[in-house]
Amino acid sequence: MSDSMQTLEKHTESEYKYGWTSDIDMDTLPKGLDEEVVKLISAKKNEPEWLLNWRLEAFEKWKKMKEPNWAKLNIKPIDYQDIIYYAAPKKQKKLDSLDEADPELIKTFERLGIPLNEQKVLAGVAVDAVIDSVSVSTTFKKKLGELGIIFCSFSEAVQEHPELVKKYLGSVVPQSDNYFAALNSAVFSDGSFCYIPKGVHCPMELSTYFRINAANTGQFERTLIVAEDDSYVSYLEGCTAPIRDENQLHAAVVEIYAKERAFVKYSTVQNWYPGNKDGVGGVYNFVTKRGLCDGFRSRISWTQVETGSAITWKYPSCILKGNESIGEFYSIAVTNNHQQADTGTKMIHLGKNTKSTIISKGISAGQSQNTYRGLVKIGKKAANARNFSECDSLLMGDRCGAHTFPFIEIENQSGKVEHEATTSKIGADQMFYCTQRGLDDEDAINLIVNGYCKEVFKELPMEFAVEAQKLLEISLEGSVG
Amino acid sequence: MLKIKDLKVSVEDTEILKGVNLEIKPGEVHAIMGPNGSGKSTLGFVLAGKDDYEVTSGSVEYLGEDLLELSPDERARAGVFLGFQYPVEIPGVSNANFLKMIINSLRKSKGQEALDSVAMLKLLKEKLATLGMDVSMLKRSLNDGFSGGEKKRNEILQMAVLEPKLAILDETDSGLDIDALKVVSDGVNAMRTADRGFLIITHYQRLLNYIVPDYVHVLVDGEIVKSGDKSLALELEEKGYDWVKKTSGEVVS
Repeated sequence: MSDSMQTLEKHTESEYKYGWTSDIDMDTLPKGLDEEVVKLISAKKNEPEWLLNWRLEAFEKWKKMKEPNWAKLNIKPIDYQDIIYYAAPKKQKKLDSLDEADPELIKTFERLGIPLNEQKVLAGVAVDAVIDSVSVSTTFKKKLGELGIIFCSFSEAVQEHPELVKKYLGSVVPQSDNYFAALNSAVFSDGSFCYIPKGVHCPMELSTYFRINAANTGQFERTLIVAEDDSYVSYLEGCTAPIRDENQLHAAVVEIYAKERAFVKYSTVQNWYPGNKDGVGGVYNFVTKRGLCDGFRSRISWTQVETGSAITWKYPSCILKGNESIGEFYSIAVTNNHQQADTGTKMIHLGKNTKSTIISKGISAGQSQNTYRGLVKIGKKAANARNFSECDSLLMGDRCGAHTFPFIEIENQSGKVEHEATTSKIGADQMFYCTQRGLDDEDAINLIVNGYCKEVFKELPMEFAVEAQKLLEISLEGSVG
Repeated sequence: MLKIKDLKVSVEDTEILKGVNLEIKPGEVHAIMGPNGSGKSTLGFVLAGKDDYEVTSGSVEYLGEDLLELSPDERARAGVFLGFQYPVEIPGVSNANFLKMIINSLRKSKGQEALDSVAMLKLLKEKLATLGMDVSMLKRSLNDGFSGGEKKRNEILQMAVLEPKLAILDETDSGLDIDALKVVSDGVNAMRTADRGFLIITHYQRLLNYIVPDYVHVLVDGEIVKSGDKSLALELEEKGYDWVKKTSGEVVS
């Protein structure tokens, strides 16, 4: 291996910085999954009967389903009976202020840098934080309430707004959509709910922070966002987990429902524990995210920066049902060491004059495997549909892999689909060019990688973009210099 | 300022430079000429510290230091600049951002404050103007989609802002039309000072009409076979490299 390759390899040997656990008193169910566990979860959350039945239906469907194996992933068998399906911090009474919260929990938030304190309030971010299974606190509720915006934990929504939950739950991702979505539908323990009324432009970024803390715990959160006619919301999601030797399962579902001229922007920075350098441990991130552009000119935009998880299986998608609706997918997926990612999107064009854009940037380092998998489908009635896809892969070192599987199905010939794909190596030449101008290795790599990701970074909300850029640097940072 | 002694360099076990001797004093402009494959570019890359070029013997002293001990970025910050024959494209990184980073990284190494945006823009505009470059160049991605001439001008722009002590220009004339050649040469000539050394690597004599060298060396098959003043370049142009190859024996002995 040449020196510059070694430099790159060294540079990409990173340490996970969120790998601590918090000593919070937890209320957990025993390991294993059967009908009783589903009932217990529902009972603990004091759910109405229709929801219990919905869960049980999903559980029945799940039992008959098989794990998908079409992805380019090498997954160790998962023992679904060896997972705890419910874990929650014990102090559950409603809190009016942070002073009443468990100090350990607050410490956890501080270490995560979650904006719960005064100065962050000034930054205008409303946060719903989910630790393991339960949503812990939601800030800014009052201010949002004045506009009629509902932003709360999923459990709370079930209690306070059952009619909305009942109407939209499963409307975009049905129970039996896929194996992991079915599992989630049966055992989901919490998540976030967001409702933007007609004509309301949400004045601040809404943010959810997910964290797996307890050992042997799966996290199955569910997010449901409903945007009424002419509304707008920008929603952020971040995630971390402690370092553990065993793999943890995260199977989430996100559903977005956008009506006429509504615009929902959903941004994710996913930094689950990726496992150690030898590929031991790490989160299995099997997530179903889908948005339905139901109304005329509705628009859903997914932006994701995926740096964590041992395995990522995730395809945030848009169903473009409304005429002139727009779907967008901007993605940066970084894999390092032994991480594997199989991620991409589906753009299903059903309405006339629908448009979709896909920009995917894969970065592979170490011995990782990074796959883009996408589907662009132009349905029979989708006259004049347009898609533009650009899928780029960047390889750092010569032991990693990048793969691209773009599927295109066209049933209406008036459509126009463009696809561009490139694969490049972070070249010794680019590195030498930068260092010859006096930049050290670290600066040179960050410069090149940030340049490569620029098209996606510019889609992120400002503050998030800065954070994501830093995260990317950390993910690829090492012992250089 | 630069003393190269008996420098032998191999790439993947093939010896490219077979004992090069060369001394450059401050203020001097040296031209290295030679046929394709003679090792001209290798000399530039070795001096700049590129990987995969293995120095098997000899030494290079730069400002009293062992140049070969320094990493490429240390050499750059110590004032060694290499103008690339094929400047590398870095998509998504704006020219302005790149220039800002290299300027400030150099300033930092000298213990100077980073330039603020106003001062930075003023500096860049000034340098752009002298090279007949438009301000819009700053917004474009570094060398990405640049024409051959634009790339070469951009190299000179970087040289102008870094103000190196030793500038090595590798075939800066290739791919330039006559107007661009003039602009680039003017940029180089403007930087000729009593304390700055130049090593101009070129295949053709043409460039040396514009950048007049103090010394001309002919590199053939990894060795400097003939040295002289600027008239040597003209003689070469007239008689071709075969002439030196044939006469080299007597010159060296």
